[in-house]
Amino acid sequence: MTAYLLRRFVSLSLSLVAASLVIFLVMEVVPGDPASFMMGINADPEAVAALRLQMGLDEPLPLRYLGWVAGLLQGDFGVSYTYRVPVSELISERVMISLPLTLYALALSTLIAFPAGIIAAARRNSAADLSVMGATQLGVAIPNFWFAMILVLIFAVNLRWVSAGGFPGWDAGFVPALKALTLPAIALALPQASILARVMRSSLIDTLDEDFMRTARAKGLSRGQALWRHALRNALIPVLTIIGLQFSFLLAGGIIIENVFYLPGLGRLVFQAITQRDLIVVRSVVILLVFAVIVVTFLVDLAYAAADPRLRRHRR
Amino acid sequence: MSALSISNLRLDIHGHPVLHDIDLTLEPGKVLGVVGESGSGKSMTALSVMQLLPRGSNWSGEILVGGVSLSGKDEAALCQMRGRDVGMIFQEPMTALNPVRTIGDQVAETVRVHTGASRREALGVAREMLDRVGLPESRFPLDRYPHDLSGGQRQRVVIAQAIALRPKVLIADEPTTALDVTTQAQILDLLRELVREEDMGLMLITHDLAVVAGMADTIAILRKGEVVESGPTREVFREMRHPYTRALFSASAHVPDRGRKPEPSAVPVLSVSDVVRDYPQPRRNLFVRRPPFRAVDKVGFTISHGENVGLVGESGCGKSTLARAILALDALQGGEIRLGGQLVSSAGEGPHPELRARMQVVFQDPYGSFNPRHRVRRLVTEPFHLIKSPPTGAELDRRIDRALTEVGLSPGDASKYIHEFSGGQRQRIAIARALIIEPALIVLDEAVSALDVSIRAQILDLLAELSDRLDLSYLFISHDLSVVRAITDRVLVMKDGRIVEQGETESVFRNPQHPYTRELVAATPSLEAALAAPAT
Amino acid sequence: MSGAGSTERTFLRMALGHPAFVIGFVLSAVFVALALISFVWTPFDPTRLSIATKLQTPSLHHWFGTDHFGRDMFSMIMVGARVSIAVAFIAVGIGMIVGVPLGLYAAARRGSFIDEIIMRGNDLVFAFPSLLLAIMITAVFGPGAVNAIIAIGIFNVPVFARLSRGAALSLWTRDFILAARVAGKGAARISAEHILPNIANLLIVQGTIQFSLAILAEAALAYVGLGAQPPLPSWGRMLADAQTLISLAPHMALFPGFAIIITVLGLNLMGDGLRDLFDPKLRRER
Repeated sequence: MTAYLLRRFVSLSLSLVAASLVIFLVMEVVPGDPASFMMGINADPEAVAALRLQMGLDEPLPLRYLGWVAGLLQGDFGVSYTYRVPVSELISERVMISLPLTLYALALSTLIAFPAGIIAAARRNSAADLSVMGATQLGVAIPNFWFAMILVLIFAVNLRWVSAGGFPGWDAGFVPALKALTLPAIALALPQASILARVMRSSLIDTLDEDFMRTARAKGLSRGQALWRHALRNALIPVLTIIGLQFSFLLAGGIIIENVFYLPGLGRLVFQAITQRDLIVVRSVVILLVFAVIVVTFLVDLAYAAADPRLRRHRR
Repeated sequence: MSALSISNLRLDIHGHPVLHDIDLTLEPGKVLGVVGESGSGKSMTALSVMQLLPRGSNWSGEILVGGVSLSGKDEAALCQMRGRDVGMIFQEPMTALNPVRTIGDQVAETVRVHTGASRREALGVAREMLDRVGLPESRFPLDRYPHDLSGGQRQRVVIAQAIALRPKVLIADEPTTALDVTTQAQILDLLRELVREEDMGLMLITHDLAVVAGMADTIAILRKGEVVESGPTREVFREMRHPYTRALFSASAHVPDRGRKPEPSAVPVLSVSDVVRDYPQPRRNLFVRRPPFRAVDKVGFTISHGENVGLVGESGCGKSTLARAILALDALQGGEIRLGGQLVSSAGEGPHPELRARMQVVFQDPYGSFNPRHRVRRLVTEPFHLIKSPPTGAELDRRIDRALTEVGLSPGDASKYIHEFSGGQRQRIAIARALIIEPALIVLDEAVSALDVSIRAQILDLLAELSDRLDLSYLFISHDLSVVRAITDRVLVMKDGRIVEQGETESVFRNPQHPYTRELVAATPSLEAALAAPAT
Repeated sequence: MSGAGSTERTFLRMALGHPAFVIGFVLSAVFVALALISFVWTPFDPTRLSIATKLQTPSLHHWFGTDHFGRDMFSMIMVGARVSIAVAFIAVGIGMIVGVPLGLYAAARRGSFIDEIIMRGNDLVFAFPSLLLAIMITAVFGPGAVNAIIAIGIFNVPVFARLSRGAALSLWTRDFILAARVAGKGAARISAEHILPNIANLLIVQGTIQFSLAILAEAALAYVGLGAQPPLPSWGRMLADAQTLISLAPHMALFPGFAIIITVLGLNLMGDGLRDLFDPKLRRER
């Protein structure tokens, strides 16, 4: 167990280092001189020189990289060129919208997908299975931002149940804030729930065909008992991987959905930064999201070990 | 009252008839052997009793368990019957247990499903049962997972689950087919003991006549879904009224005719000396590297022209690793291998694949040995890749025709795909592929192990005839001692990477010297011995 | 026993008898046809602005209505199909051309240092969803359809590398590969002659599915302004334009959305159908 954890942890650290290197190379080295890139062609040479100094561009590359990483480790992402405030401040405000949205959508996706997938697998080829499969086939094909627009059209424009967008802030109370995130979360969750339900179904069907399911039935378990006690936990192992992948899709998808609902999250921040060529903000948001994805992958590996005793091999 | 009685059992699956009028009876404390080749319907008979038939099945007739009829029972009643009145053991112990639950839980589950026992009480029964099947608490606590156990140990757990509530009937479907012969003997002993002491009826399903002859009080011989002959075991074997019984019996004990004894040649076809094969092991953790695993440990032997040498041993003994080393698929860590005196590979050098044209191989699995996307013509000519100027045009056609004819197929088969052939025919094509470049040595790696006995007898005849006529040498690798005994001149016995005994096949089997060889020979079920033994 | 030469005709017959495959094929073919026709003919010039006829609802004249600049929506969807299909096709092509050889190589040298590097590299790319890649590329090079292709293409590489490595690994343990090694064939030759043809079905099925995912990804990138730029119409940007006018002119959002859904649905149905047709085991179960 410890060996497994240690191995995963080393792999986690290596991934983080590699990801930071990639981002550094693309955002700092490829543009040539980031300072003049950010200021544009018509910039005042003195202003460019000042920015160069502020960004520490005169130092050699390895030192710049190490300085950047050292800053990251202390939560210092640098100072935004356009907003003139520390990027960490900008980000921490916005994360409080993007992260809850992602988790909300992940929870919805799982809550929809598990029952749907289990029912479809348990009653294979029944009417219930066919409708779940048909619905998921459609769900996978619908772009989430289009679905979000349709939700706005129905629930905000026509029915007027919710406002078409915006975010009251967590200070306004938990319920109004959650309400503002509900349509975006549904829009995000639907396609992912369809994928997850399909994976759940096929994984469960594979497990139901395993030899040990026949053993369980031969002991006198009913079909339902065998499914709950023996199939589900085994079927969950591949599903965990997909849940981990979904986190990154939801996080990235959230960036787009925020645009539809005018939510002031990381997505709005990063697109504004792109138009204003604020590379410091862009690279900070990107590295934050990439790190989040890598850490979630690590957590999924841990969940794997909890679900599958074969990975805990060297415990004894 | 019979423990189990089946009469007029008919079974259709998707309208396709599978069983016709099966009649079987099993008394308490007795063993009923159900014998047949693949497709005979023996497993479906078992699943009919368990009422765990595949979708689309439709059965009629009468099945009585302890005098109670199964017809008209609803699913809930059947669930109560399974595990309580009838227990079942399956062929594949490696996959029969849930990998994510402990063995204690899984045995206790049988008890908890059927009785109101608490978890603690059920675990108590589980402990008792695991002790009963030879898994003592000191080495097999209840919280172990299946992946910690060997195949034989897992099969014991499956047995413990099946007998936890002391059912009237125990069904064992090929319970030892996936196990090594010494483990098989232990499991069969355990089953025999359970039947006697618990007064259970055991329905033992197997393809192996020798196993049945040593275990069963009565037997039924199945063929294409019908019982062709049944009765007390000795009587059936003594009288053999049905021609199929006779055919099955003679195929099981088949010894191919060998024309002549090969003379030892001055330069052996194959000489293996002091060969060592190490495998790196996964690191224990980041900092501790484990020593390599020595799969083959200083092995040496020779094979002369036309000589058939057997290599026997149980799974994991290193026989397949040795075969791969000889075929120059892996590099050696010590020793050397020579073909006709020329160096194939040694510790420092090689492997030199150019010598491969002098040896070929036939594998076990007739289904996995061929690329399903190529025609037979392309499949059998693959070894020509080893020859610098391979035959072309008419000469190539002639060679293909000859190879196919030699193994008893027709030249027209060259344009077919592999899925158009049966298992036995595929093994013939595999032999044709080996023959086509006229090698001096063919390595037969469990080449007949996957075949039914009657097909196996035909392939053994073919191999013996080819060896005699073409002066071919074989290295015949098998876990099955009776087959090795039938076809080889000399035999090597391998254990833990070493050859513990070698010599003339007959003398080794008649008078084994090494304790391990003795154990192997004793554990191998023998048809003649079982029938010759006094009635119990 | 799929795909054997003599059974090609039976395969075609089976394919025609498989409803999901036929529906999927027809739906996808319609959009490919629309894209091709758009090169020679569209009902209107999709770039011509005509404020007089703006925001018209669907009619016989403008089948799908007009947008806020009076452009014909149907013509825009036809040309948009061109962009979507081209971007998705090239991106998946990149993924396959780079990913499959990497996967085959890693499988042939399983457990080696190279294998480890390839697999860790894959994991790393998986941490960058195509949207993040596109954001990085756009931030540095500016927006454009090429960025979308590169971003989606890079993300597809590990998908195909993993798939082909996994499938190849299980084939490498099969006896017919051992037989080929006994016949003296090297890893490269075995990969080309024995492994690739046997994983081709799998790659085709996955390719179809990746194609549909790429169409979705392209639409999303175009929607946030990281894809094809004006005046070239694209489905994603048509939706972005529609967003502010959603209460006024819902048809502007509906038709491009339907175009995306139908294309993706068609491709997915075709992929599922192909999977059934290629896999004899699944075929029997139905």
